[in-house]
Amino acid sequence: MLDLLAGFVNELRNAGLPVSLTENLDAMEAVQHIPIEDREAFKYALGATMVKNNSHWRAFETVFEVYFSLRGPEYKLKEGDESDIDEMWREMQEQMRQGEGKGAAGGSMDQLTPEEIAQMLMNALMNGDQAMMRALAKQAVQRFAGMEPGRPVGGTYYLYRTLRNLDLDGMLDKLMEKSKEEVGGELTPLEERLEKDEYNDRIEQFKKEIEAEIRRRLVADRGAEAMAKTLRKPLPEDVEFMHASRDEMQNLKKALGPLTRKLAARLARKRRHGRKGPLDFRNTVRHSLSYGGVPAEPKFKYPRPAKPELMVIADISGSVAAFARFTLMLVYAIQGQFSKVRSFVFIDGIDEVTEYFKSTEDVQEAVHRVNTEADVVWVDGHSDYGHAFEVFWERYGKGVGPKTTVLLLGDARNNYHASQSWVVKEIRAKARHVYWLNPEPRSYWNTGDSIVGEYGTHTDGVYEVRNLRQLEAFVEKLA
Amino acid sequence: MGERFESVQQVRDGLKAVNYLADDGIAGVAFLADRLGKPILVEGPAGTGKTQLAKSIAEATGSRLIRLQCYEGLDESKALYEWNYKKQLLRIQADRNSDSWNDIHDDIFGNDFLLTRPLLEAITAEDPVVLLIDEVDRVEVETEALLLEILSEYQVSIPELGTITAKQIPMVFLTSNNTRELSEALKRRCLYLHVDYPDMAREKEIVLTKVPGVTENLADQIARIVRSIRQLDLKKAPSVSETIDWARTLVLLGITNIDAQQAKETLHVLLKYQTDIAKAAKELSVDK
Repeated sequence: MLDLLAGFVNELRNAGLPVSLTENLDAMEAVQHIPIEDREAFKYALGATMVKNNSHWRAFETVFEVYFSLRGPEYKLKEGDESDIDEMWREMQEQMRQGEGKGAAGGSMDQLTPEEIAQMLMNALMNGDQAMMRALAKQAVQRFAGMEPGRPVGGTYYLYRTLRNLDLDGMLDKLMEKSKEEVGGELTPLEERLEKDEYNDRIEQFKKEIEAEIRRRLVADRGAEAMAKTLRKPLPEDVEFMHASRDEMQNLKKALGPLTRKLAARLARKRRHGRKGPLDFRNTVRHSLSYGGVPAEPKFKYPRPAKPELMVIADISGSVAAFARFTLMLVYAIQGQFSKVRSFVFIDGIDEVTEYFKSTEDVQEAVHRVNTEADVVWVDGHSDYGHAFEVFWERYGKGVGPKTTVLLLGDARNNYHASQSWVVKEIRAKARHVYWLNPEPRSYWNTGDSIVGEYGTHTDGVYEVRNLRQLEAFVEKLA
Repeated sequence: MGERFESVQQVRDGLKAVNYLADDGIAGVAFLADRLGKPILVEGPAGTGKTQLAKSIAEATGSRLIRLQCYEGLDESKALYEWNYKKQLLRIQADRNSDSWNDIHDDIFGNDFLLTRPLLEAITAEDPVVLLIDEVDRVEVETEALLLEILSEYQVSIPELGTITAKQIPMVFLTSNNTRELSEALKRRCLYLHVDYPDMAREKEIVLTKVPGVTENLADQIARIVRSIRQLDLKKAPSVSETIDWARTLVLLGITNIDAQQAKETLHVLLKYQTDIAKAAKELSVDK
């Protein structure tokens, strides 16, 4: 048990979760109080002692599934141990036979046709029958995934194969039709929506069952350590903007909300605290009157640092669009920390998008409008930093003043156009600071058509900002 | 360590008896905290019953609840202890002539002159207590350090008196709305519990237990609609307490079966931003 736990903790650390020695010891003590057979409670016991940040919970769950998935009675793989499920299965068949008068022969799942399985699945989903769904997931994986021992493909491949055979989207439509029939006639839009959400939820659950089943089989085949390694995913704050999958994007968006709230609170606090200025003579004398002229209560001048003005100039061409989006979202979420925020986007033409953010409270919607409405294409829609900067200087250059901080976002891949880096130089001469944020790893800079070095010499600093963690660190420094 | 509960199931039953429906995570962690004698750090969105959990545990175990509400600027004299200096002054003046300096010095820093604040009170209590440190994320990072000694050793060191150790280990709950990252030192000393919005079945149960006069059918509908609304991309998703308010509203209005129109008209109980209300109303009525 201790060995298993040690391996588990090791894997958690590999996945990037900070598990300290005391937390490890706590976990060891905790498992003595909770039996491993009570899997849920066991999971929460380990989680409570070792995971102290909710965004790490998913990573923890994955590792837990891998390490402990083969333990616990309901998760046995061998056919002989499935007696309770088999029993239930036979009962189901009895019912079917009686109900439809159809003599499905044999007592085992293996002899069913795919159509029958689909039918059973639909019934299970319809009634929200958890146990049945689990049994069906098992069956579906066994039948459709075509898993071969030792084959070096990831779980997603099997998942895809299984789901393709089940056609869950079609299933949803059928379920909706059926529930309409049952009510007899039309559902109101509200009811329809609720039903749909309900079925979606159940189908999601079913997918999770399938995923878990595939994972269990893979673990049995390859061993926990190897499996954990392939499943290891970066934590949300470490996901790279440029290579995030759609799922990861969703998680990033979710992580952004609490992060900005924390950042704003921290910045506001920083502004208020820890700064004592020189004695305010006037104020002290005024207050001394209430003590009969004795200056008993000294008053100080608290310096109020000016909030910086911010200009964000972002490349939104394909490769770096996600990065620009996140930076804009973050900047606008904490715009209270700046006296003024103006934003510009470009590909080879440039357009001001400040209005989009002003006219709505919803940052998501504004970003959507930026992507669809901004006029950023000049010739061919390939990044041209030189031209964009030139036009910026011509049209908006007057707005840059001594209080302005200018942020340039992009990978500086200029498609071998003229760089026009004199614009950046001019901006720097007028502005308070100019920073360049680059979403590419540092090792890629200045390779191929990237000329970040040339622009960089004219700025106050070029920063590698590949993930939320780096973005947060930079913004905190800025405000 | 404490033996308030015998099993996870008992925690759940105990909480249920006082109308708090715990899920596996909550009951499991509460049980563990009791066994390991560790504080619980409860985090989660606002209005998911974090504070209520501490209150319910206190009620279920028949303990007294001692609550320390945190705020910016909270300090030692408000959280731990303070010397009752007025009384000290009186004591000195009362026998100005008789006692020697040493006697008075020892005397005025005794238990008689100590004003206990919540943390010290929880430690010195004779009867079983539950200590709730509410919204711990509101205090400054430096103030957090005040809590460390009491959380790990269950003792308070007072320079003039020495160390006061707990007579019995209280259950300690810290709640946080996650407005800032708590320090590693604090997190390390606690068990971590994240309380999220309940799933549909549990929310329905909650509505049924908390709202008198609600029908099964209505509770089911409410839970479903709330779940659908939470899936939208909103500024502030409806909390459990808002769900309960909404259920109460509907019961008061005598509605037994919600249709889209009624839902739309009462949405403002559930959602607090105009943009959110507009979005939800649109989603619920327009069929896609």
